[in-house]
Amino acid sequence: MTENLEPVAGDKKLPLRATLAASVSRTAAALSRATGRGDGSVIGGKLGMMIDPDLLAHLAAGRQIALVSGTNGKTTTTRFTAAALGVLGEVATNSFGANMPTGHTSALARAGSTPFAVLEVDEHWLPKVINATSPLVVALLNLSRDQLDRAREVAMMAQLWRDTFEQHPEIHLVANADDPMVVYAAGKATDVTWFSAGQRWREDAHVCPACNSHIERQGDDWRCQNGDLVRPRPQWTIDGSAVIDPTGKRHELKLQLPGQVNVGNSATALAVAYFFGVDPTEGAPKLADVASVAGRYAQVERKGRQIRLLLAKNPASWLEAFDMAQDAPTLLAINARDPDGYDTSWLFDVDFSPLRGRQVLITGERAYDLAVRLQVNGVEFAHVTTFAKAIDSAPPGRLEVIANYSAFQDIRAELDRVV
Amino acid sequence: MSSSALQIVWVYPDLLSTYGDRGNMLILAHRARSRGIPADTHEVFLNEALPAGDIYLLGGGEDGAQALAAQRLLADRGLHRAVDRRAVVFAVCAGYQLMGSSFFAKGAKCEGLGLLDLYSDRGPHRAVGEVGGEVDPKLGLPTLTGFENHGGRTHLGRGVRPLASVKVGIGNDGKTEGAWNGTVLGTYCHGPALSRNPALADLLLRWATGEDNLPALDETWHNRLRNERLTFTGMA
Ligand SMILES: [Zn+2]
Repeated sequence: MTENLEPVAGDKKLPLRATLAASVSRTAAALSRATGRGDGSVIGGKLGMMIDPDLLAHLAAGRQIALVSGTNGKTTTTRFTAAALGVLGEVATNSFGANMPTGHTSALARAGSTPFAVLEVDEHWLPKVINATSPLVVALLNLSRDQLDRAREVAMMAQLWRDTFEQHPEIHLVANADDPMVVYAAGKATDVTWFSAGQRWREDAHVCPACNSHIERQGDDWRCQNGDLVRPRPQWTIDGSAVIDPTGKRHELKLQLPGQVNVGNSATALAVAYFFGVDPTEGAPKLADVASVAGRYAQVERKGRQIRLLLAKNPASWLEAFDMAQDAPTLLAINARDPDGYDTSWLFDVDFSPLRGRQVLITGERAYDLAVRLQVNGVEFAHVTTFAKAIDSAPPGRLEVIANYSAFQDIRAELDRVV
Repeated sequence: MSSSALQIVWVYPDLLSTYGDRGNMLILAHRARSRGIPADTHEVFLNEALPAGDIYLLGGGEDGAQALAAQRLLADRGLHRAVDRRAVVFAVCAGYQLMGSSFFAKGAKCEGLGLLDLYSDRGPHRAVGEVGGEVDPKLGLPTLTGFENHGGRTHLGRGVRPLASVKVGIGNDGKTEGAWNGTVLGTYCHGPALSRNPALADLLLRWATGEDNLPALDETWHNRLRNERLTFTGMA
């Protein structure tokens, strides 16, 4: 990350108040990193916003901006999009997953002057961040259940987005044709590029959000019984490990990140970058440079075990993690702290049967909730009380670790903050 | 029973499945099969008629889904017929509220199924968190433990008994939790309530099969989970 001394955003000079705020924000972020309290992306933004609440808008002005939102895949897609856009010039991005306005503010302040920015945005904050940053493009990935005890309703979120895009006809959308909730959310937008990246998790899209009728599926295709919500024809699709662009041209990817889901994320990133003018032939090779995203997918060696970390924070992302994980000993770690949600009932929304036949270890504060789930699911497992014991229990070789949010952070800390 | 296998019917998983509700179906089927009782599970969607079954499960759902489910079930009458022939109904959260004479969804009073003598209205605040307490002694079950997440409050009439007295959380009204009458039982312990309360699962199986003595199962993980949660909530 290059640190400019002059806090300028884009080509525009900031007002004095914003100049001061941006520089305080950067200093605090640097302090936070230096004192080891975190990667600094949130704390710096908070201080800055206290001094100038319009700081994000000031920092965004003059940049061409893409926002990426959805329940799952937004950190990786943001990283991919930033990599592809890098073909055109310098890109500011919140690559540590700090996806609320404080994180955006500190990302833009830290990056200094850049012509482009790609920001991952928490789905609830999307309307506010659109107002503050006036993006050229917004990518809508998917909407599914997440952090259940906070009662965030999937259909409500789709409606919130839909209302937002009705008010912003100037925004170009890059949206997932496979998710009826996203298609509904994009329904009032005039300018949409559709992509198809597959949808493993379908349990939140049985009922049409427009008319309440049943959504019928046939292969990848879907439509509601009333016919008022129908799958749009996607311009960007995937086939094996390749992305097919709107002209029908195949772009074979050589990703380091595993799983079909990341081929889908690549298609989204290339579609966004294409709108900015990036030829996918040039963009695609850049995606192969991405090795890990905020510690996710990172591989670490300990005691002869090649440990790979996969984050799975809700039912949809568990299914994706099973797709990414190799047929190898697997540790599952479950907590239920504030960032995870206090409710573990979602464990029964996930089908763990892909793990049958593997050596499965479980740990975490809520390992017993998982134990009952696995028993009912017919998956053999052993319980271990610590991550260190899990390493000792697995044979040398590959160890896949799939954890929910705070369990993932705990393990990451134990592995000395692999980034 | 229409067939030799136990018929477990999950009502409208496309509408009423917000909090791992599938778990109750999976646990009932697993505990039946582990004892050599064959069990078939049926997921009946909104656009389908309710089949004849032995155990009916209703789960949690958002306001709009709950109101729609009530309309369909009132029109279908299949659940009413099931209760008339003493099939078992286990209803959770929004599904529990449906069992009463009325409930509130999206700010409007809606007609319920009238299968339990109770009605629900809006509470002063959302009840989110651990819930539990001692179960009605008539049912002979250990302490109830679960997780609740609902905005409603439920008022019991004389035709039902509370499932439990509340020690932790809100339940119906901060005093009692859930309700039962005959073979219809409702609770605010959402999602896989039976994961933490395997004895309740067995009660439903006893009601459905008429077998008073079900063989014991290995409860190691259920018991560890229960102990961990009961200790956490101070109910141990
Ligand atoms: Zn429709």
